[in-house]
Amino acid sequence: MTSLLLAIVLGAAFGVALDRVGATNPGYIIRMLNLTDLHLMKTILLAIGFSSVLMFVGLLSGIIDAGHLSVKDSYIGVFVGGILLGAGFAISGFCPGTGLTAAATGRKDAVFFVLGGLIGAALYMGSYAWVHSTGLLDKIVGGKATLGVIAGTDYPALFASLPGENTGIVVGIIFIAIAAVLPKRLLGK
Amino acid sequence: MVLSWKTGGILLGAVFFAAVLLVKPIGVSTQFVIFDGILWDAVSPDVVVTSETAKSGYASPNAYLNKSGGSYAKNVANPLNYSFVFVVAMIVGAGLSALLRGGVPAEERQMPAVWRENFGDAPWKRYLMSFFAGMIVLYGARLAGGCTSGHMMSGMMQTAVSGYIFAAGAFGAGIPIALLLFRKGNRS
Repeated sequence: MTSLLLAIVLGAAFGVALDRVGATNPGYIIRMLNLTDLHLMKTILLAIGFSSVLMFVGLLSGIIDAGHLSVKDSYIGVFVGGILLGAGFAISGFCPGTGLTAAATGRKDAVFFVLGGLIGAALYMGSYAWVHSTGLLDKIVGGKATLGVIAGTDYPALFASLPGENTGIVVGIIFIAIAAVLPKRLLGK
Repeated sequence: MVLSWKTGGILLGAVFFAAVLLVKPIGVSTQFVIFDGILWDAVSPDVVVTSETAKSGYASPNAYLNKSGGSYAKNVANPLNYSFVFVVAMIVGAGLSALLRGGVPAEERQMPAVWRENFGDAPWKRYLMSFFAGMIVLYGARLAGGCTSGHMMSGMMQTAVSGYIFAAGAFGAGIPIALLLFRKGNRS
């Protein structure tokens, strides 16, 4: 029950945040990708950097349970899937989360995106056994790898000599710095 | 008005941090599969069955729903789980937020201005391409095992190597394709 209450509060907060930063507007996403308005890019980089610094400081100080982390497997399909998602992201200006939330704000094109998404997910369910047989899902870099060693987890580290928490804080600061120095646009006027 | 990148980035980052502090990192695209599974199970009830040998207690003849000890099958059978409710609440939250800021203008609801400038204002063209894009986005997200939320934001937040691989693929394809398709347009 507590978990459902948290789902409602955190989910609603995420939906509000996506809408308020402009991510439910496919125009901002398309213009981030055609480099004529980097507003959303700066926002996302700051969000990743800020949350990363907080999370790793939280791990070091013990306020975050390392068991809450959830690192996904690395495999070639991650890259191939990223390319497919990136292509559709560029064409439509939607990704799964922003498509659903854009539809909720009344955008009709987003409703078509979500319907297409349900078909795409069903096609993956249908072809999963075949995809699996191609080897695209075979783990690389040890599977659920992180950059450094994170205490309290058994995630393999890409660089075994790096302390994962400090690395995460440094990488987070780098993300924030990139967000700050990126210009408002690279192309257009 | 949208928030400045500073305020917006802090707000979005705070939500990602709160999620991992209280429960687990945010993810969205799996729930397209769960919703498909719920619909499929409603039409043919033997898609998800209880199983004493499966780790989750549920199994499916579909290899994807059945993977990882039937964890997806379990969520199809019990939609009132954290991840599914999270996404439903996200949809409601965005809808309320849009209402509070006065909603989206009628012509903007069909397509964004940058699309109109490049491809004209025929809605069917935009709807057809959005549908097609949705198909490849969700196929790609499931192949990758996550989307912009799960891989790019939650993943890179945790310094997950898979997050960087995903971002390289998504932006490596997304930027050149957007540059080719949307040559005109300075308006969002």
